[in-house]
Amino acid sequence: MSKEWPLWEVFIRGQHGLSHRHVGSLHAPDAEMAIKNARDVYTRRNEGVSLWVVEAQHIAASSPEEKGPLYEPSNSKVYRHPTFFDIPDEVGHM
Amino acid sequence: MYAQLVKTAGTGVKTREEMSDEERNFQDRVDRDEKIEPKDWMPDDYRATLIRQIGQHAHSEIVGQLPEGNWITRAPTLERKAILLAKVQDEAGHGLYLYCAAETLGVSRDELTEELLSGRMKYSSIFNYPTLNWADIGAVGWLVDGAAIMNQVPLQRTSYGPYSRAMIRICKEESFHQRQGYDIMMKMAEGTEAQRRMAQDALNRFWYPSLMMFGPSDKDSVHSAQSLAWKIKIDTNDELRQRFVDQTVPQAKYLGLTIPDENLKWNEERGAHDFSEPDWTEFFNVIKGKGPCNVERMEARVNAWEDGAWVRDGLLAHGRKKSAARTAAE
Repeated sequence: MSKEWPLWEVFIRGQHGLSHRHVGSLHAPDAEMAIKNARDVYTRRNEGVSLWVVEAQHIAASSPEEKGPLYEPSNSKVYRHPTFFDIPDEVGHM
Repeated sequence: MYAQLVKTAGTGVKTREEMSDEERNFQDRVDRDEKIEPKDWMPDDYRATLIRQIGQHAHSEIVGQLPEGNWITRAPTLERKAILLAKVQDEAGHGLYLYCAAETLGVSRDELTEELLSGRMKYSSIFNYPTLNWADIGAVGWLVDGAAIMNQVPLQRTSYGPYSRAMIRICKEESFHQRQGYDIMMKMAEGTEAQRRMAQDALNRFWYPSLMMFGPSDKDSVHSAQSLAWKIKIDTNDELRQRFVDQTVPQAKYLGLTIPDENLKWNEERGAHDFSEPDWTEFFNVIKGKGPCNVERMEARVNAWEDGAWVRDGLLAHGRKKSAARTAAE
């Protein structure tokens, strides 16, 4: 069995009211140490108010080859954007 | 420059006709300034070169802690000590960002560590010079971090996403490093005659090793051309070195210190300073392991790795036990 500590992905909430955002990764033997290490590695300058860590092996990701089938269908649905519809100026703000 | 003499894999830049469809598509993405992400297709040589370059960069950050760590317990005031501690801690952080970026290319952290400890992978030649007195800590921040910034700022635009993001984080933190160094130099230069002499002596010893950080001229190198085409190198070594000299000259002047180069003068025609090349024989000797501190640096890293083994193993065993207990309870 590998003696390397597992890899964890680190997410930080930068300010109250914002979502957590991926900032990088680190190695740690368990979740508790991962949080402690993440504090030291990724928040030395008030970067955050909350930390999430998740073991990298538990993250499922879409593959680059699927980019077309996954995201292209939305390209043809321009009516999903409000700017698709012309609203007369007389109507005012909508 | 924290990555010197990184050997670019492959045989040089291919023409579009020589490229496979995949290679052409990849080069087009790089040319459009699209970032390449870990799961995207990339040429094997691009991957191999990046592992070498990012790995060497990471090793430099880690080994770079040693010359400065030497002065944490000897800093002249508590404030200077706290600042130096924070700076050295940043270097550890920078090493970790970079190792993680390298790992996205399929190499493990342990493999990278073993490559360093066995001497197969290098770190920057600059860290094989000793820090003999407190002024050296000023010179390291001012010149060594200054040279590193010169290299790292353009690398924020590198084609490989994780590397670029690591560089952006590092650059944000790095300017504190250079300023704290210059601040030490200002204090020393304004101080007593003995302090001024120490500052001048530190500049004398660190000037040429700092110029060496950019590596020998590579303007005619096919390998360098390939790295430039892949955008894992943004400027040639000579361009970066010139920029560093031009930036540093007025800073030295402000301090009232003399750069130890009789040939240093402003060239009106080029709009840049002429200056002497460092001694490249010395550079290759240091790279080969014959610098003043190579043995000491490697010993320190090997000892840290070996002496820390029981802590790493113990924490891993504890982590696995806890995780097994949690699974059993579910």
